[in-house]
Amino acid sequence: MRSLRESCIRHGLLTSASISILTSFGILFILIKESLPFFEDVSPWEFLTGTNWAPLMVPRDYGVIPLVVGTLLVTGVAALIVIPVGSLAAMYLSEYASSRARRILKPTLEVLAGIPTVVYGYFAITVVTPALRAVIPGVEVFNALSAGIVVAVMIIPTVASLSDDAMRSVPNALREAAFGLGATQKEVTVGVVYPGAISGVMAAYVLAIGRALGETMIVTMAAGSTPLLTLNPLDSVQTMTGYIVQVSLGDTPAGTPGYMSIFAVGLLLFVITLSLNLFRIWIQRRYVRYDT
Amino acid sequence: MNRSQHFQDRFTQRHRKDRLFKSLTKVAMSIGFIALAILLTGILIEGLPWLSWDFLDRYPSRTPSKAGFKAAFWGSLWVIGLTTLMTVPIGVAGAVYLEEYSAKGRFAKFIELLISNLAGVPSILYGMLGLIAFVRMFQPTTDPTTFLGIQVPFGRSVLAGTCTLSLLVLPVLTIASREALKAVPDSLRLAAFGLGATRWQCVRHHVLPSAAPGILTGVVLSISRALGETAPLVMMGALTYVAFTPSTVYDPFTAMPIQIFNWASRPQPEFQSVAAAGIIVLLAVLLGMNAVVVLLRNRAERSKAA
Repeated sequence: MRSLRESCIRHGLLTSASISILTSFGILFILIKESLPFFEDVSPWEFLTGTNWAPLMVPRDYGVIPLVVGTLLVTGVAALIVIPVGSLAAMYLSEYASSRARRILKPTLEVLAGIPTVVYGYFAITVVTPALRAVIPGVEVFNALSAGIVVAVMIIPTVASLSDDAMRSVPNALREAAFGLGATQKEVTVGVVYPGAISGVMAAYVLAIGRALGETMIVTMAAGSTPLLTLNPLDSVQTMTGYIVQVSLGDTPAGTPGYMSIFAVGLLLFVITLSLNLFRIWIQRRYVRYDT
Repeated sequence: MNRSQHFQDRFTQRHRKDRLFKSLTKVAMSIGFIALAILLTGILIEGLPWLSWDFLDRYPSRTPSKAGFKAAFWGSLWVIGLTTLMTVPIGVAGAVYLEEYSAKGRFAKFIELLISNLAGVPSILYGMLGLIAFVRMFQPTTDPTTFLGIQVPFGRSVLAGTCTLSLLVLPVLTIASREALKAVPDSLRLAAFGLGATRWQCVRHHVLPSAAPGILTGVVLSISRALGETAPLVMMGALTYVAFTPSTVYDPFTAMPIQIFNWASRPQPEFQSVAAAGIIVLLAVLLGMNAVVVLLRNRAERSKAA
């Protein structure tokens, strides 16, 4: 009786754990299934190498490169800001702040991570874009720079908090050895602690970049909807996620290649983020663990 | 220049660099706070004049001064309530299985990998899953038929939104719950087994109560995430113009973030202010949820100490 109950419970729990299998393969299956009709019309080669994206007007063109470049441009701007800012903030938290300051600062910074992305999008269009347009000439109403800056603000806590965890796990013996040789606090932080925590810090960077790539609301609201092939962050661009939202908000009839194309773009986005995630998990698995 | 002079110079220089670096880290640290302060003040200045009890009691309108948040507010509460009911048992059960039951074999490793990946999948892709699997259920249309007493496909309903958001936050909750379970000391389990408890009795009476505050934090974290998610709901086609509150799970709905997005995308500047008022309500709900959990956690920790 007792063992029957135990085994029922065990199987119930196992079923719950297995939902993740269903979700993972569900997403992959749906993206492949729904984009198959699209790839009957447009060859995958044309899709992946074409440099003109005009799926909603005649003559149609399905080259995804401008969307990919738009995504990378926004992500690049965000990474350029968040990597130095997030790492320095983490160094402050881990090496300079008193434990009391840290207890207050870290949760407050994490508030930033809990703010809904639509609020960040609003912040981008009402504060950051007007400010940029006032300072830099030639900034368009919708531009990759504003979106990138705000995405960076959104992911600062991710980088700072995870890098702080990684740096704090570096054993004190290493710090003390360096101090004993007469190193300054800065030399210890940059020369010993940061390299010692590099795998955890890298995992934080990759996680943050993955979030920037898949970020949807900020880029939809601030980066614009012109799929131009440009590397100028002052221009309006369109990202992969922005395109998907544009189509699902519009009146493109279901079943047309224009509508089907969102699943092809979604599949590409899934493949990109999957490789990033696997890379991150791989880094984390070979995390240097310090046994004290 | 003699050697000691050289050392002195280098020494001063290194310490100057050290002080400079310290200020640099402080500046980096404050950037996040400055951004947060600007964001919140901007929203409060824009939105507060538009905020009133009436705002929560009106439906959307073409006229900014008559636009209200009622449908979005109640729509969000419906979806979030049902998402909590759906995710908490499944998420905690999954975490219990992975942490307390499964042998650390290949299968557990595989599930762990999938969950870790799912937590990093862009939310808009969950929206696509929701659109095909729940809204349309692989049918070309959303004309509902009844199957086993359930209306299928779900259409653009509260139920479809709930299912989509549940799948989205499950990995977050599972990961947080596992961390909480991991923090429970093994001595507790060994003591329970030593007294002849079965695995489930040990989990139910000792491990779960001890991990409860941590799990609760995970619940609020994941529900907050679901409350703020916009992209998947836009993707599955939750409506932006809804002039009623849902009364069954099959009713169409709108949610706070969607309504805010809709207002913010309009050209009239007044609607930007209405959007700010909406944001204040959304942030207030999020803050309230987090405050409740801090209170509950403090109480749980006190009763554990007593």
